[in-house]
Amino acid sequence: MDLSKLTIAAARQDLDAKKYSALDLTNAYLDAIAQKDGEIHAYLEVWKDSAREEAKRADAMIAKGDIYPLTGIPLAMKDNILIEGRTASSASKILENYHASYDSTVTEKMKAQGAVFLGRTNMDEFAMGSSTENSAYGTTKNPRDTKRVPGGSSGGSAAAVASDMALAALGSDTGGSIRQPASLTGLVGLKPTYGAVSRFGLMAMGSSLDQIGPLTKTVADSKILFDVLKGNDPRDGTSLPDVASIAAPQKKVIGVPRSFLKEGTDPDVLARFEETLKKLEKKGYEIRDVDMPNIPYSLAVYYIVMPAEASTNLSRFDGIRYGLSAAADDIKSVYGKTRAAGFGPEVRRRIILGSFVLSAGYADAYYRRARAVRELIRGDFLRAFQSVDAVVTPTCPAPAFTFGSKSDPVAMYIEDIFSVPANLAGVPAISLPMGTVVRDGSTLPTGFQILAPHTREDILFKIGQELESA
Amino acid sequence: MNSEAPVVDIRALAALARVDVSDAEVAKLETEIPSILKFVETIQKADISGVTNDTSLRNVMRADEDPHESGIYTEVLLKAAPTREGNRIAVKQVITRKNN
Repeated sequence: MDLSKLTIAAARQDLDAKKYSALDLTNAYLDAIAQKDGEIHAYLEVWKDSAREEAKRADAMIAKGDIYPLTGIPLAMKDNILIEGRTASSASKILENYHASYDSTVTEKMKAQGAVFLGRTNMDEFAMGSSTENSAYGTTKNPRDTKRVPGGSSGGSAAAVASDMALAALGSDTGGSIRQPASLTGLVGLKPTYGAVSRFGLMAMGSSLDQIGPLTKTVADSKILFDVLKGNDPRDGTSLPDVASIAAPQKKVIGVPRSFLKEGTDPDVLARFEETLKKLEKKGYEIRDVDMPNIPYSLAVYYIVMPAEASTNLSRFDGIRYGLSAAADDIKSVYGKTRAAGFGPEVRRRIILGSFVLSAGYADAYYRRARAVRELIRGDFLRAFQSVDAVVTPTCPAPAFTFGSKSDPVAMYIEDIFSVPANLAGVPAISLPMGTVVRDGSTLPTGFQILAPHTREDILFKIGQELESA
Repeated sequence: MNSEAPVVDIRALAALARVDVSDAEVAKLETEIPSILKFVETIQKADISGVTNDTSLRNVMRADEDPHESGIYTEVLLKAAPTREGNRIAVKQVITRKNN
């Protein structure tokens, strides 16, 4: 079988037609991992034995006709999503020896369908970063050019799928951590509507921003995984109620916030973007400028709200209940030493930044003001969606960069400029390939981002599929 | 803070955040944190006069009711703890005589 051409949808047909078994398929991916992952380092751990056992169980299900979309499908899991009994470290030293005490809701759903878990993938520590360089366990290479980063924080998941070491993978997206690596590796990455997919069993970073979503090769595969993952979960208080989605008639109008796109965006990326707009016009869409005056504030708002929430969420890692615990004489020293030894530099930076923006005397000027501006950004989207079906932007301002080239934190943060508005507004967004650019002799993918109103993932899939076939 | 740069005391913030920092890290953060704050300062230009306190985001907490049967998760959760004594997580002394 040719893994480079394989999709979840195609594998489903092949498995059901008994062209090969789920065990054959899993073995093919395990072979690919053995062959390639020494160089790429997408995985922190490969679960060979359990994957084969899961594949055998899937084959038994298929033989009985007990078949679901993911039965026997080999997938990779980001290292911050819990699978009971297995290590989940968020690529941090503080959780190096932590074994999950329970299954996340998405894990339960995938297990119930007979999915195969190939392994856990590398990431920026606690999902903080845009290059996977912040992992405590080494960097991951971009399969399209191994001198370059795969993006982040779900860089391992992206690299695994882009190099055919998994058919698809799960990631998490707080400010672009699914869409940006999808863009940099030539994949489809979906950040669902805030609350569409349960976060029960996802290690929290920014609780008002985080969502779990799929990294896949096609829009159809993205929809398959989203349909499995979504749904109300009483164990996640922010989970949306299940409502039959009403497919409102489309206006066939797409909005472009042009004034937001110009500054700092690579000219070749902008050229690919304009070409993609032309394709949409050919598909019968009207392309219209939309005025979204507050979205240029998004990145600044994000780098206040996210560290505030992250510093709060990460207070649970203190050497008492789980994970690393440094020896000290009193409890305060246990906390301080454990967190110094267990957290990497970017995590410590964000915790300290979060402590500042929440501190008395500055919380009004930073955190509360950022919350108010966030409300304006949400308003920009609600207003735009009154006249357009979707808003589109490039996913990232530039293609994949080389290792070590963004050592200044602010330079790295700018990578998220087009992806954070969706998280702040809670709307769903998808990144899909929009052609390539050449840098230093390497052909590098770029990403086209589509944003839709809350709970309207169907619009993302529809426009995405139209573009794939254009 | 509109006109003057905020005072950023890294050691005090690190103490609040319960994370020990080395002298070298303090020196690094003393340039990095103000540069990030300078970058986010742009939000001061936004006109928030029309925004009420009643934002679309609100905190959600689990209802404190219907507890599960006592003890059914004790073993699995204690297994993750670095130190235990019987059915308890053991911690170091919280209050010390020579307080500093």
